[in-house]
Amino acid sequence: MNFDPQAPLLQVNDMHVEFRTRDGVARAVNGVNLILRPGETLAVLGESGCGKSVTAQAIMGILDSPPAHVTKGEVLYRGVDLLRLPEDERRSIRANRIAMIFQDALSALNPVYSVGFQIGELFRTHRGASRQEAKRRAVELLDQVRIPAAKSRVDDYPHQFSGGMRQRVMIAMALALDPDVLIADEPTTALDVTVQAQIMGLLAELQRERTMGLMLITHDMGVVADVADTIAVMYAGRVVEYAPVYDIYARPAHPYTKALLESIPRLDFKGRGLNVIGGLPPALTDIPRGCPFHPRCAYARDVCRQDPPPPAYQIASQRIASCHFIREVLGV
Amino acid sequence: MSDLNAVTTAEAPGPAANRPRHGSSPAKPRSLAGDAWLDLRSSKIFWISAALVAVILLMAVWPSLFTSAGPRDCVLANKHAAATSGAPFGYDFQGCNVYAKTIYGARDSLIVGVFATLIAGVVGLLAGLAAGYYGGWLDAVLSRFVDVMLGVPFLLAAIVLAKRLSSDPQSNGIVAVTLTLGLLGWTTSARVMRSAVISAKGQDYVAAARMLGAGAARQMFRHILPNSAGPFLVVLTILLGVNIASEATLSFLGVGLKGDAISWGLAIAEAGPSVRTAAGPLVWPSVFLAVTVLAFIMLGDAVRDAFDPKLR
Repeated sequence: MNFDPQAPLLQVNDMHVEFRTRDGVARAVNGVNLILRPGETLAVLGESGCGKSVTAQAIMGILDSPPAHVTKGEVLYRGVDLLRLPEDERRSIRANRIAMIFQDALSALNPVYSVGFQIGELFRTHRGASRQEAKRRAVELLDQVRIPAAKSRVDDYPHQFSGGMRQRVMIAMALALDPDVLIADEPTTALDVTVQAQIMGLLAELQRERTMGLMLITHDMGVVADVADTIAVMYAGRVVEYAPVYDIYARPAHPYTKALLESIPRLDFKGRGLNVIGGLPPALTDIPRGCPFHPRCAYARDVCRQDPPPPAYQIASQRIASCHFIREVLGV
Repeated sequence: MSDLNAVTTAEAPGPAANRPRHGSSPAKPRSLAGDAWLDLRSSKIFWISAALVAVILLMAVWPSLFTSAGPRDCVLANKHAAATSGAPFGYDFQGCNVYAKTIYGARDSLIVGVFATLIAGVVGLLAGLAAGYYGGWLDAVLSRFVDVMLGVPFLLAAIVLAKRLSSDPQSNGIVAVTLTLGLLGWTTSARVMRSAVISAKGQDYVAAARMLGAGAARQMFRHILPNSAGPFLVVLTILLGVNIASEATLSFLGVGLKGDAISWGLAIAEAGPSVRTAAGPLVWPSVFLAVTVLAFIMLGDAVRDAFDPKLR
């Protein structure tokens, strides 16, 4: 594999993923474009069912096929299209170059092996380390993710750890082989709020130490504001807005982003009802014609209900939004 | 653990941190099997069943250790004679020493039972694992084949297969019966394995293993198999008893063991017609059979529990 060190760390171009099921074809991802640079944190935001996790799993290449099929697009790691690589070469990319952490760490850790064994296994299979050496490295890693008394806990089983500790173990496993890209799929959703902050802090710290690219998938706007550099807002399998974090919060350009921001509960609105976005994201087997957000959109007009969906307009450098009425949304 | 603790002391360690370990030093690398052994060591059920299995195996390997009488030293004058010191279980219809016959019967019974179960286990494991993991047409073909096999009446299939396999009139039928029971018995275990694999396959830890670069074989044998082996082991321990009993059925019907073979099944079959005049020749081999099956089931249960860390 000839990696191009000048090329972006990770670039996703026009990716389409569909699930062919008995009830029809679910188009989970419909032309996603993303770019991730070393040391950058890219947050992918959106409601449940917007294709965030599917995008992540398609990048990792761990979707079950069938029913999932990546029908179009490319996933470039340092200029090499992972989708065109043979499976064995792709396997060597995983964990070594790109790793991922899951939402529920308890189910992502194998219940029958001790955590030290599971981390050590990576060193033994990928690096040919001895059992002793693998164990030593596992303790080191547990220490790096701030597990207290790592040495005595290395032989414990996943169910003996608390929720936050499990996520730390998962992070240790993902970072064992020093990947350049870490995909975190809602890493804090299963945790309570105080532990969430610790885990996010840990991720940010580890990212700085290693200048990794971090792709953070979440639906928590609060988490994003602190750690992200760039935000991609997804809706119905498309990136509807892509912008630096400051711009998104200051001046959202897409009605969906705006509605998401307005639905964050605020202390100074105490006593008033919460702002919500009416309705649900569309079923992926039946995405509306035109702009998929139009049934829920306050700005929607006739043009929104007709194909083709709005193109991605470049607003500024590094700022893209896909809406016919960007000016009105921005208020200019 | 309260959330308040979590704020001040990073995260409170899990409940296990303070619990005493099974007496091993934490510095030594431990494996799943090592932990299971530590667990088994303190299990009464394990030691009782292991002792029973050991005695039965010793009986099978070295029967003369238990009796000085031969199983074939039959004197017709002793027909249905009462127990003596050399023959604590009395004599059977042919005037043979029931105790000696039962002791010597362990070998063939165990050979048939254990090897038939091993064959069924290996075939069932591979078929169930492949069908469950790969799914699709392979699963469809294997599952339908299992359905067809289960639809065939067992005894009918066993008679036909055993008859076909033991064409040599000189053989004692052990190989034929073992193969017959093995090749007919794998279907249930395959089915159980398949469903356990399907439920384990969808778990996040398999996706995580894939994410960390594990190939198909590694996912199947390292991650899915240990998590789906429980129900499979239970089916196998039951199958062992069924196989020893099925050998008796086939022997009774005349397509099982024959010639110089001595087994509990044969003894039970022979003793059947005269059970009303002499129950001993039927009861004793049956007791040995029941205890053997029970010992293996208990052993299987203890081992299965030991390999499940959540029960620790």
